[in-house]
Amino acid sequence: METLDFRFDSKPVPRAADPALCGVVGSGNLEILVKSGIEPEACRVRIKTSARGFGETWRAVLDSFATSHPAGGTVIAINDMGATPAVVTLRLAQALAEYQGGGL
Amino acid sequence: MIASLAARHSWFEATARARLAGLLDPGSFSEILPPAESNPSPHLALLDLPGAFDDGVVVCYGQLGKRPIFAIAQEGQFMGGAVGEIHGAKIVGMLRRAAQEKPAAVLFLIDSGGVRLHEANAGLIAISEIMRAVLDARAAGVPVIALVGGSCGAFGGMGIVAKLCSAIVISEEGRLALSGPEVIETVAGVEEFDSKDRALVWRVTGGKHRYLMGDCAMLVEDDIAAFRSGATEFLAGWSEPVPSVAHLRAGQQTLENRLAAYASYRDGLQVWAALGVAEPESVPLLDRDALVALKEGLPT
Amino acid sequence: MNASLPRNWDTLRQSRGRRLERAASLGFGKEIPVDRIIDLLEAVIQPGDRVCLEGNNQKQADFLSESLADCSPERINHLSMVQSVLALPSHVDLFERGLANRLDFSFSGPQGARLAKLVQEQRIEIGAIHTYLELFGRYFMDLTPNVALIAAQAADAEGNLYLGPNTEDTPAIVEATAFKGGIVIAQVNERLDKLPRVDVPADWVDFTVLAPKPNYIEPLFTRDPAQITEVQVLMAMMAIKGIYAEYGVTRLNHGIGFDTAAIELLLPTYAADLGLKGKICTHWALNPHPTLIPAIESGFVESVHCFGSEVGMDAYISARSDVFFTGADGSMRSNRAFSQTAGLYACDMFIGSTLQMDMAGNSSTATLGRITGFGGAPNMGSDPHGRRHASPAWLKAGREAYGANAIRGRKLVVQMVETFREHMAPVFVEELDAWKLQKSMGAELPPIMIYGDDVSHIVTEEGIANLLLCRSPEEREQAIRGVAGFTPVGMARDKAMVENLRDRGIVRRPEDLGIDPRLATRDLLAARSVKDLVRWSGGLYAPPSRFRNW
Repeated sequence: METLDFRFDSKPVPRAADPALCGVVGSGNLEILVKSGIEPEACRVRIKTSARGFGETWRAVLDSFATSHPAGGTVIAINDMGATPAVVTLRLAQALAEYQGGGL
Repeated sequence: MIASLAARHSWFEATARARLAGLLDPGSFSEILPPAESNPSPHLALLDLPGAFDDGVVVCYGQLGKRPIFAIAQEGQFMGGAVGEIHGAKIVGMLRRAAQEKPAAVLFLIDSGGVRLHEANAGLIAISEIMRAVLDARAAGVPVIALVGGSCGAFGGMGIVAKLCSAIVISEEGRLALSGPEVIETVAGVEEFDSKDRALVWRVTGGKHRYLMGDCAMLVEDDIAAFRSGATEFLAGWSEPVPSVAHLRAGQQTLENRLAAYASYRDGLQVWAALGVAEPESVPLLDRDALVALKEGLPT
Repeated sequence: MNASLPRNWDTLRQSRGRRLERAASLGFGKEIPVDRIIDLLEAVIQPGDRVCLEGNNQKQADFLSESLADCSPERINHLSMVQSVLALPSHVDLFERGLANRLDFSFSGPQGARLAKLVQEQRIEIGAIHTYLELFGRYFMDLTPNVALIAAQAADAEGNLYLGPNTEDTPAIVEATAFKGGIVIAQVNERLDKLPRVDVPADWVDFTVLAPKPNYIEPLFTRDPAQITEVQVLMAMMAIKGIYAEYGVTRLNHGIGFDTAAIELLLPTYAADLGLKGKICTHWALNPHPTLIPAIESGFVESVHCFGSEVGMDAYISARSDVFFTGADGSMRSNRAFSQTAGLYACDMFIGSTLQMDMAGNSSTATLGRITGFGGAPNMGSDPHGRRHASPAWLKAGREAYGANAIRGRKLVVQMVETFREHMAPVFVEELDAWKLQKSMGAELPPIMIYGDDVSHIVTEEGIANLLLCRSPEEREQAIRGVAGFTPVGMARDKAMVENLRDRGIVRRPEDLGIDPRLATRDLLAARSVKDLVRWSGGLYAPPSRFRNW
């Protein structure tokens, strides 16, 4: 297992459902917990993952997420069982939507 | 599009949280120890494995048909729904609280292969505490209803727990047994039991077989709404019996009779024939309603 | 001009006569007792013969293969094997036991690793790895078999054969062998007084043997809908909206992966909601995929011609004879040679998956230490320059590729992949493993499944790249990198250039297609389990035990 910590600048996101949970820690899947943090213009992420050595891939996936979505003011905790970037990207979008009130 | 298929929300496929969302009255779900307030298993962390925030089980208050109930839902996708220390403690706490607060029922959404082997003795102790807590809740007059229809079924210690509940509501996809098919094959060889023959596995452990054998009170479709209406209907006509030695003795006798009648059989097909089913080979393809009608027509 | 001896013009016929005489002298008639099959094989096969061993995705002449492997290498040796698929252990035994030393084939699948080892030890000489149509073609040119060992469902006393739904390669093999002085031996699952229909006439067949057990059939084309992921649903939505709908693809072939199974299961739901029923996916060259049942039942599909059959589908196929090709007896007639021809020339689109793709769009499923071959994918996944008839999809693709004044159309060859496979193996790579494999095997060409210049579109979870619209190798490369996600080659993209390609519609994201990825849920699948497929079929589909959870 590997623990990774990141911080990204991101535009503030309005919160409606705090905290919000998405996904399950199953094979090739992950769970994402979005809570409110204290920095309105930043998104902090802590990942615990079963797959070692993919720190740079995580950084790229999360950076792209924090750039393309307003996610500032959140603290995101992730438990991962080897999800691919495609699954991570999808779950992040779902979790953030949930955090904003669940509306699609 | 077949309308009945479009409307179906598979229990088998759903996560524990999705099952609860569809099972309870809308808006009544109130989680105890939600993910943001609980901790993943320290045992798994020691073994360098990622945990889940809720340790694979959701415990909550809720309502079913406006009656207050407690619910416990295992997440089969996380470590096969296996029972670890925190997972078990959450279940036991909920059952003990039920014995005190006396809700209309505890709905126990079982989806588990049994003990979480990574947690060894802590997991084993947790299972035995769950067994005791189920019986304590029932002794306090609170029915505990097992709902079995997830991908992991109810095996190992959780198979025993299921049988300690007041009743079991099961779907055809659900399975109930002690040792899992792979365990039997590993221990006794493929000649004894071919765990890859999935049709055989279901003929021996699956929901239809358990229902025909009288191990389960209700057989429902693999549909969250069907589990909801099944549980509601069952509770409406149920009052928890006062425990008695005579009742236990009768149960023991039933099991002994079963052993004497079927111990030499290798397949559910043989058992069904012995039960009086005219065309046993047709059973796996019958739909739920046809099977229920078949059972009601069997000699008793 | 030198005087020369008068040439014999019937040596093949004479050789055939001598072989049949040897068999007759041992007391063999047309029906061979199962315990004397080795005597027969040793009587009619000669050292150095070219032998065709039938076997493909579905049926295998497994008993004849095992029997041949048990023959004496003193009597039978230096055989040249020609066969579609090298799939059974006994196929490789022939080489390890010294009966055969040369192989021409199409696909090796599970025996790929053993085959690679034999090649490295120089105990086997590989003529070539073909596509199916190439190999069938060569049966009628320079690789005509001396002896064909085939599999049939049933024989009658005269030796007429009934092939059942799994016709597959048999007609091509028998035609080439029987009409060029060869010997045809068939293993059959049963002997019948009266066949349901005659697929191979008795005078093309020399011997039949009742196999001790029915030939093995693998359910290769059954994809359990329960295993389709949300990401695959998303890619299927993009493919339907961004390719099927835009080109109006009516005639097509699908690969056998979960990606394309997801498309099949979205036809009655997502595609129907887009108003595409009757406008796409009406005519297919395809095995009878169980996941196509909901689309058939929804009235999407008018016709399906099959390479072979699929386990459990026979009753369903018989009951849908408007859709499938069936005989007067009611059972399906498949034919790989004809269906491959349809896939090559009569389809407007091929869509399938791969394990690796490079920056030129070349793709391969070959991995180190395995020689696998590609079966039919290279035929169907190629733009046939011989095609002349027009269709809207073909013309639109042609104009995109060659400009408004194009004098030919273009087949759509679509590769659909998630950017990472399991265990985070990237699909997009700078160099295919195929090149290393070529070196280690001493082959003349790298084993490329589909050449980059044949590929028209790439679909990934990140978007669709339309390579037809690229006007330079640099644009192609950046279009591919632009959908390669977070793989190293994807992250090495020229971001400005990819954005420019996006402005020109060459790279399109889900949002460019009006697709919200969060709507890509499994609820969109018309069937979410094998049991749902059984329900759709009205109980006619009988899935094999391993796919059941009831």
